[in-house]
Amino acid sequence: MSLDVEYTFDEFFRDETFVDDFTYRNSPAGIRRFPFPFDRDDYMYSVNMEPHVPGRKGSVFEKTFDVDEHYVSEMRDRARVLARDPLRCQSLPHMTLAGWDLLELIMESKAREYPQWFSLEKNGNRWRWINRPLGIDHTFTFLDETTLPYGPMEYITRQTQGDFTLQDEREGTLWVDAGMVTTQADWSLDFDIGMNFHEWHAPVPLAHEKGIFDRALKFLLKLQHGAPVRRFNWTMTVNPLLDTAPETYPEWGYMRTTLNQDNMGHMMHLRVELQALFRLPRSNAIAFSIRAYLGKFEELVTIPKWGRRLHRVVRDIHPDLAAYKGFLRNRDEMAKWLSKYDDGAPTSAGWWPED
Amino acid sequence: MTKTDFPPSIRSRPVYGELAPRPGSFHLIVADGEGADAVAQLFARADDSKAMLAKSHILYTAGPNGTDLWDRIEALGAAQAQKAASIPTLLFRLARVLQDMQMGAQIYLTGTEGLIGQAERDIMALGFPHSDIQKEHRGSTVRRVQCVHCKGITENVRTDPFECSHCGLHLFVRDHYSRRLAAFQGVNIDAEDKGQIPPAVERFK
Repeated sequence: MSLDVEYTFDEFFRDETFVDDFTYRNSPAGIRRFPFPFDRDDYMYSVNMEPHVPGRKGSVFEKTFDVDEHYVSEMRDRARVLARDPLRCQSLPHMTLAGWDLLELIMESKAREYPQWFSLEKNGNRWRWINRPLGIDHTFTFLDETTLPYGPMEYITRQTQGDFTLQDEREGTLWVDAGMVTTQADWSLDFDIGMNFHEWHAPVPLAHEKGIFDRALKFLLKLQHGAPVRRFNWTMTVNPLLDTAPETYPEWGYMRTTLNQDNMGHMMHLRVELQALFRLPRSNAIAFSIRAYLGKFEELVTIPKWGRRLHRVVRDIHPDLAAYKGFLRNRDEMAKWLSKYDDGAPTSAGWWPED
Repeated sequence: MTKTDFPPSIRSRPVYGELAPRPGSFHLIVADGEGADAVAQLFARADDSKAMLAKSHILYTAGPNGTDLWDRIEALGAAQAQKAASIPTLLFRLARVLQDMQMGAQIYLTGTEGLIGQAERDIMALGFPHSDIQKEHRGSTVRRVQCVHCKGITENVRTDPFECSHCGLHLFVRDHYSRRLAAFQGVNIDAEDKGQIPPAVERFK
């Protein structure tokens, strides 16, 4: 049994690449709905969590798991990464039930919120799942692994944009004991799997001292089923590489040395992670979705407010943060390019483009 | 000998205490190199060292710096004590001993990080929480490092950067540590600027 996928592209789903010739780009509508993460002109860490409830129509907050114009191409890129390196998807033996919880959450959400693309029919534990953009029509038995071509987490996350990790809760902390990680900002699931909350966040500078992780953990341990939360994270990525893994750093690291004022606009991308956390009903685990959105500098500055604000954030960021996020060496050139789009005018509060 | 002073570091980097006798039906002690001193001190601290020795099994091997204090271990007179030729051969014996471990057993690990980490990994795989295992560092501070690129582990790393013994990339050594792998993380140092490799500095002795 294998997962037979047919990648179908149309006027909505773009046929594009995240490697080699890098044909990825956002449509004008895609730029308008880009989740610009800065609600003010400067940036420092905060826990910044809010309830993951339906947001503005058309925005990336509207649905539980946003499906956008890059969906089919992103799933093709995930399959490419997994074919090269199966260690990007791992689940410790006690996490299978949490995988089923995740599969149920995603299938029910997508079938309810995107009926034109997904459907789920249940007859007891016999479920029929249809994923039209990927050409999948599959009947299986819920909670019976032998009826799926992969484990439940891998099966559903091969069909869902964004990375996922599953956290087991024990000893008063969370343990990252499973994950599908192919669109990551430079962290290794293979190395971190099995670590607790403070351990896997250990390399992050400044935030431990500020008590960010102690507060975040306290908050997450109280997370209730049916009341998910979300937050933003962000970094910078040269070229639209979804997969900036430490494993392949020797293949993409040099790209950071190729930037100049002429190519900055189309090569440098603001990489925004929309992170959402869900308590799962059977396993009591927490699912963490990390959805990466890539916006080219030249796309983002078409929104005047974002051009002004991005310039100010990049120019003024703490050097330790710029180093951790991997753009310290390019920061001055980035600020120089962005300064052309900052006339010094005041910006309105909040991240929406038109406010 | 006092316990090793490591500089303050990030939260994933292991920390070590001092071995202290705890009441137990059985005492499993794993040591290498200078760890023999910590084992001797452990029994010296026991209220009734004779009774504790009668319920103890010690597995020992020489340290990566060549220190071999087997005579001290042997002279303790534990119910069982074995000397292994290397850490890997010690771990084979450990696996067999762990099969018979019962509730109420105490576990003590001491010596270098490579030995402590690998023994802890094998013990945790059987369901013992790592917090119930006592650990005391002694002797060499050389590191066991996993190359994040090829996944190969290089033992006894002394310098930073160093050359991966599997794929040959030049790696810098992070303090980020995985208990599951019993290894620190090594990352390519010239991924961005190919061929620009700083001189190796002896950070671990």
